[in-house]
Amino acid sequence: MSRNSIILHCAILAAGIVAPLLFPGLVFQFAMLWIMILFALTWDVLGGQMGYNSLGNILFFGFGMYICAITQIGMFYNVAEYTAAFGAIKVDFTDQQYYVGLALGLVLAAVACALVAALLSWVLFGLRGPYFAIGTLGAALAAAELTGAWNYVGGGGGISMPVFPGEPGVRSLFFYSLCMAASIACYFFLRWLYGTRFGLALNAIRDDEDKAEAMGLHTNRYKMVAWSISAFFLGIVGGLFGNMTGFIEPMEVAYPTLTFGIFMVAMTLLGGKGTLWGPVIGATLFHVVKEVTWTYLLGWQYVALGLLIIVNVVYFQQGIMGWMQERWPQRFGLVVDSEGAVASRENAP
Amino acid sequence: MWDNIQILVAAPVFNVQLLLNGLLIGAVFGLAAYGLALVWGVTNVKNLAQGDFVMFGGYLGYELSKHGLHPIFALIPVAAVMYVFGWIVYKLVVSRVIQRELFTSLLATFGLAIVMQQSMNLLFGPEVRTVESGFKTRELFDGLVTVTDIRMISFVLCGLLALALVLFMKKSRMGQAIRATAQDARAARVMGVDTERVYAFTFSLNAAICGVAGVLISMIWVLQPFYGIAYSVRAFVIVTAAGLGNLPGVIVMALGLGAIEQYSGFVLGAQFQQATVVGLLLIALIWRRLLLQRHRQALQ
Repeated sequence: MSRNSIILHCAILAAGIVAPLLFPGLVFQFAMLWIMILFALTWDVLGGQMGYNSLGNILFFGFGMYICAITQIGMFYNVAEYTAAFGAIKVDFTDQQYYVGLALGLVLAAVACALVAALLSWVLFGLRGPYFAIGTLGAALAAAELTGAWNYVGGGGGISMPVFPGEPGVRSLFFYSLCMAASIACYFFLRWLYGTRFGLALNAIRDDEDKAEAMGLHTNRYKMVAWSISAFFLGIVGGLFGNMTGFIEPMEVAYPTLTFGIFMVAMTLLGGKGTLWGPVIGATLFHVVKEVTWTYLLGWQYVALGLLIIVNVVYFQQGIMGWMQERWPQRFGLVVDSEGAVASRENAP
Repeated sequence: MWDNIQILVAAPVFNVQLLLNGLLIGAVFGLAAYGLALVWGVTNVKNLAQGDFVMFGGYLGYELSKHGLHPIFALIPVAAVMYVFGWIVYKLVVSRVIQRELFTSLLATFGLAIVMQQSMNLLFGPEVRTVESGFKTRELFDGLVTVTDIRMISFVLCGLLALALVLFMKKSRMGQAIRATAQDARAARVMGVDTERVYAFTFSLNAAICGVAGVLISMIWVLQPFYGIAYSVRAFVIVTAAGLGNLPGVIVMALGLGAIEQYSGFVLGAQFQQATVVGLLLIALIWRRLLLQRHRQALQ
């Protein structure tokens, strides 16, 4: 890490610690910002680095949320009775029960999501290009429908989550720090990952999967592991989000394919896919602009969102990072090999 | 679930009802799927806003019928308006993503789908609507099976439109140009086909077909701003399972899908109807994957 980069990281960390203390009213929004960053980062593992554009990554978010909820409740109560009563039975979780349940729930959510990703990858990674995008979209929609029809977890009625044992102010700070920790862990893990052979293999799959396979890469294994990594982090953050909102149900909270599910794609594209910082920048910009303007758009928010996606995809595909890399290649350590470029253009068919 | 299956076995006449409903509705799915396959084959753009085009057409018909026009006569003005709408969308969005990688066009049309469904939600309201066509309901088998006349009419109209489209593709100059472009765009350009015009025409034609399908849906079923995605998924199921350029396949799959949906709605319960469609999509995709695998083995 260069000196500038260390300063930048420390500055972001400091901002992340100071911001919720300075603006206690906005802690939930700041936590959402970290979640959005994690969304974009995990989407980019497949979408940017590996060239597999998933429209259904939200599946793991919702799945993690439900696994976490079931664990938290199921450790001490009968889940079916709990959900059937819609909060009518008086349930009390002691402090210890709550924290143990939450910790175990998050771990289980992450592991279960990674396993589900591995299983699904067996089915879905046979599909390439747009078929993969449509297939994952279908999987996410199906998951929402099936959860909605599953009475054990409350069906469409949802589950109200165990109540945090403590002050509301402490509660939001507690979840804020967990979200922040998850995002930062995800960032550093991916940063390390992209520097390894594994990262190179992902890029090779993106550039030409058949050739990568011909070179001896077990592309299916790489794809499976990459998706499991995404799913692992999404599972954690799903569990956290469920506890933050306090109430979960399949359509709007757990599997919001048309909001969070499409936000991840939009944010990554806005920031520039295939780069480490692109998703972070895109998510921050998107979330801040969204939070500031959302309430003034009076119902036209989602129209604006759709327009943003269209304009982004059609006119500004390289994203902010891509644009900066084109503008100042030297800053990013990219060397423009003009002779090589000319030669390759002449050799091209 | 078992109870429902037992009902079907005990009273075979219910099967007739389900099959009939399924086939009559499936014909409209077939129209949307045909439009999707057309655009897919010619421009290689997979239009995720297909179902929203259908819904938009339906709402246009609904608005016209509020002003006293009978919905069946609304078919022609709606098709014309949708043609122009499709042309505008093509010029603004689709023409710019046609040459790019496939995900770009997919995402652009997905963005379009969001814009359309949300705008419809704001313009027409989130209520579930239907257009009263004023036709009678027929009773067969001593009243055990009921069929509305409008469903029969819409089935016939779908058939006529399909026939007209096939003839158009085979005989007319533009149809031939479209087929040539679908086979090999570059060769078609060399032969003097204005492929840009062909693309624009194909996309607009698709929008018009969707408009017709939407008006029919508004009479035989319901309209809702967010139901569009279900029609997109259905169209994808049909086209993926049937394959491109396979019109008989599209027809069989569309009618079959209609019937399967009715059955699953009856056997599993109405809340599973949507899940069935999505499940079928996954099955169709996996089926394709297995086919591809066989090809690869043959290569090895």
